Amino acid sequence: MVKKLFGVTALLVVLLTAIGLVACGDNGDSKETATPQAAATGTPKVDTTGTPKAVTTGTPQAAATPTAVVRSGPKDVILATTTSTQDTGLLDVLVPMFEKATDYNVKVIAVGTGQALAMGERGDADVLLVHAPSSEKKLVDEGVGLDRRLVMHNDFVLLGPSSDPAGVKGTTKATDALTSIFNKGAAFISRGDDSGTDKLEKALWKKANLDPKGKSWYEETGQGMGASLQVANQRDAYIMSDRGTFLASKSLSLVIVLEGDPGLLNVYSVMEVNPDKFSLVNGPGGKAFADFMVSDEAQSIIKDFGVEKYGQALFTPDAGKTYEEIGLATPFG
Amino acid sequence: MDLIWSGLREAIHILRTGDNSVWSITLRSLLVSGSAVLISLVVGILGGAVLAFKDFRGRSILLSFVNTGMGLPPVAVGLIVAVILWRSGPLGQFKLIYTPAAMVVAQTIIAAPIVTGFTAAALRHVDPRLRTQLYALGASRPQMLWIVLWETKLPLMAAVMAGFGGAISEVGASMMVGGNLAGDTRVLTTAVMLEVSRGDFAVAMALSIILLVLIFAVNAVLTAVQQQERM
Amino acid sequence: MRPPKLSLRDVTVRRRGVEVLCVPDLDVREGEVLAVIGPNGAGKTTLLQVLALLDRPAKGEVLYDGARVRGHELSIRRRMALMMQDPLLLRRSVAENVATGMRMRGVPRNERKTRTERWLARFDVAHLAERSARKISGGEAHRVSLARAFALEPEVLLLDEPFAALDQPTRETLLDELAGVLGETGLTTVFVTHDRSEALRLGDRVAVVIGGDVRQVGPTAEVFAAPADEGVASLVGAETIVAGKRVASVDGITSVRVGEHVIDGLARDGLPEDVLVVLRPEDVTLMKPNQHRPESSARNHLHGTITRITLLGYQARVSLDCGFPLVALITKQSLEDLDLQTGQQIAAAFKAHAVHLIPREKASPNQAGD
Repeated sequence: MVKKLFGVTALLVVLLTAIGLVACGDNGDSKETATPQAAATGTPKVDTTGTPKAVTTGTPQAAATPTAVVRSGPKDVILATTTSTQDTGLLDVLVPMFEKATDYNVKVIAVGTGQALAMGERGDADVLLVHAPSSEKKLVDEGVGLDRRLVMHNDFVLLGPSSDPAGVKGTTKATDALTSIFNKGAAFISRGDDSGTDKLEKALWKKANLDPKGKSWYEETGQGMGASLQVANQRDAYIMSDRGTFLASKSLSLVIVLEGDPGLLNVYSVMEVNPDKFSLVNGPGGKAFADFMVSDEAQSIIKDFGVEKYGQALFTPDAGKTYEEIGLATPFG
Repeated sequence: MDLIWSGLREAIHILRTGDNSVWSITLRSLLVSGSAVLISLVVGILGGAVLAFKDFRGRSILLSFVNTGMGLPPVAVGLIVAVILWRSGPLGQFKLIYTPAAMVVAQTIIAAPIVTGFTAAALRHVDPRLRTQLYALGASRPQMLWIVLWETKLPLMAAVMAGFGGAISEVGASMMVGGNLAGDTRVLTTAVMLEVSRGDFAVAMALSIILLVLIFAVNAVLTAVQQQERM
Repeated sequence: MRPPKLSLRDVTVRRRGVEVLCVPDLDVREGEVLAVIGPNGAGKTTLLQVLALLDRPAKGEVLYDGARVRGHELSIRRRMALMMQDPLLLRRSVAENVATGMRMRGVPRNERKTRTERWLARFDVAHLAERSARKISGGEAHRVSLARAFALEPEVLLLDEPFAALDQPTRETLLDELAGVLGETGLTTVFVTHDRSEALRLGDRVAVVIGGDVRQVGPTAEVFAAPADEGVASLVGAETIVAGKRVASVDGITSVRVGEHVIDGLARDGLPEDVLVVLRPEDVTLMKPNQHRPESSARNHLHGTITRITLLGYQARVSLDCGFPLVALITKQSLEDLDLQTGQQIAAAFKAHAVHLIPREKASPNQAGD
């Protein structure tokens, strides 16, 4: 009888503890990457209502801790972004920085571009950080995405096995490279998931007047950038990737076989989801995050991100510039 | 093969250095799946008892549903729960999406049919005359149920183990309703997916090994309770 | 006068819409042992379950100490004890099994311990107290089951064919022990059995259930000697049942014509012309046909041919054809002494006292010459 009573009590204790802990969430542990040490030299003011004014004081290299923003409204901010963005690790640095300074709690939901944009369309996110300019147009036109601003860019590169069976190395034009691959029938991995990367790749094939769909050497993974890179690596195949994910991925034996083609720009924009259209959207929170992404502090982090680890920066900060300035024909590609 | 070895080394390293995030991820896996199983146990015992002991019109249909539920694809469950809990969904205003609570909900839906089905089967095997004898001894219905459950300890523990196994191993639903948020909803399975996509195979392997050890440890405890011959 | 301990009034029990038991009126008196006998499927167990308040009748009332039980089933159930054919012990020690019922009834721990020890000792299984209940023999399990029931110190004890699953010697031993305890405690008892010798052994009164009806209730000896109808008669072992016509009633003797014979039985009021003659085989004596002077004062003498002899250990059942079938039960010794064989001519004698006459309902099977 004593044993039974003990068992029941133990069970109840565990149950209650579990429910308690689960309900409160576990926020106390450290994230996987440390927040950068900030030597505060100046505190640039971040205007939460209008466009950020860049007043930079102190050394450009040092990142100042962002000014505390007074939180108004709900604490949780849902950021919908892409897996490739998350895979670079940039957000692991920026998000904690934002959270520390403000009172917001950012939930980074990294999914495919299609899903991220769909989340915006349904009001399931508060702010979007995506890199598919042509697809972003729809949201802006509908009035669902507000205040679309350029954040940064990097480029796409064509990767392939070091043996380079299609003889792509040395080519400067992406379409030429693709033509060689097509003619050789060399293994090629595509994302096939309607992401920004995928759309760019498909556009390039079209530009070269080629249709690889259905060919035995052309395979679509339907997965994110990181996962697709692993597949291409295993298959010794060619693949289009953004530079950032490539550099951040480990265990790859693929090499860059083509880069620098102006058509390979990968442009990141941030936009808030319109709180007037969806009652549950955290308007102030989304705006605060968007403003942060184009703030000086964030931009300076972006500028140096990756240098120490990979020898080169993964992104080029572009806040304040126009889309045309960096090379796009229109703001939407 | 070398990956498995390096994974093993990494796992030991992680456990020795006491990497906070890994501990918290492991604890969270245990708590989320543990809660899901405990809730499933309550549902399972009550539901199993009703299905086993009460004769009502829709009983066999309900039993079929439960048996079908045992094989529910977790990812489908995850999608349905996500759609309901999204802000754009009917229960969006409760702000449950991307929280551990949402994961408990999804895992409970996955584990509950398993526990219910096993429990119902176990209880149906109980001699109906035993229930009569217990009532005759003066048992109230709850007393009768408690004693009968104790008599069927063996299959009941098996039910719990099966339910727990199903809950803690699943990744699709947890990913969809939890979002794999660091420090918030990341559990062992979703963390493994993340590390693999990053190419961090050693860490992914380490996490997998930790997951296996965790499942083994829990099952070892449950088996001990099950086998403890209290006569 | 105190009300009966348990009563059924106007009770009907249905299973799946079919009526399986109908008891207009039945009393269990305080302190008595009521045996319930009947063929398989007759409804004996159902009757017991209704008395045990484990089955609610579709119609009618159960009264306990004269008061209706409806609404108080659980508390009254806790004043009774039921013992079933299968001990159904739990997977725990013997002592814990005995304590289970007491615990559910709120008996305090010390009291539980005392009673457990006492009753385990009473039934000679005290040495098994700490043994796992799964690891004892069938007979021992039945003893534990008895201890468990008595430890509850119930006001009413209900038993459903408690020893049916045991071998003969064990059954007899336990039956004796049970009889002993019942005698000591004077406990109101209802027990169901399909073995009429058990009913004879233990029962003060007996209730005969056939086809869902209680055909007869009364003191055991009376029911056995004077069964109310044919069904009861064959159940209580009166093997000779023949149809006849009443021809005369004079001087306390009723004469009945059966075929060519006239049989004398004790007079009874209210007998119609068509009657059944009921006779127990034990009451029939056999002798050589040329013995004109029987020792006994038996009034009825018949001659017949032996049609069958069945040896039953130290007894023998002899079936005769006297123009109607007659069954006698004699000792094996007598069988040998008389050197009986099938086909032999034999004389049978029985007293008027032993002849039991009951009205004959239509469509009676045994019609030997009308």
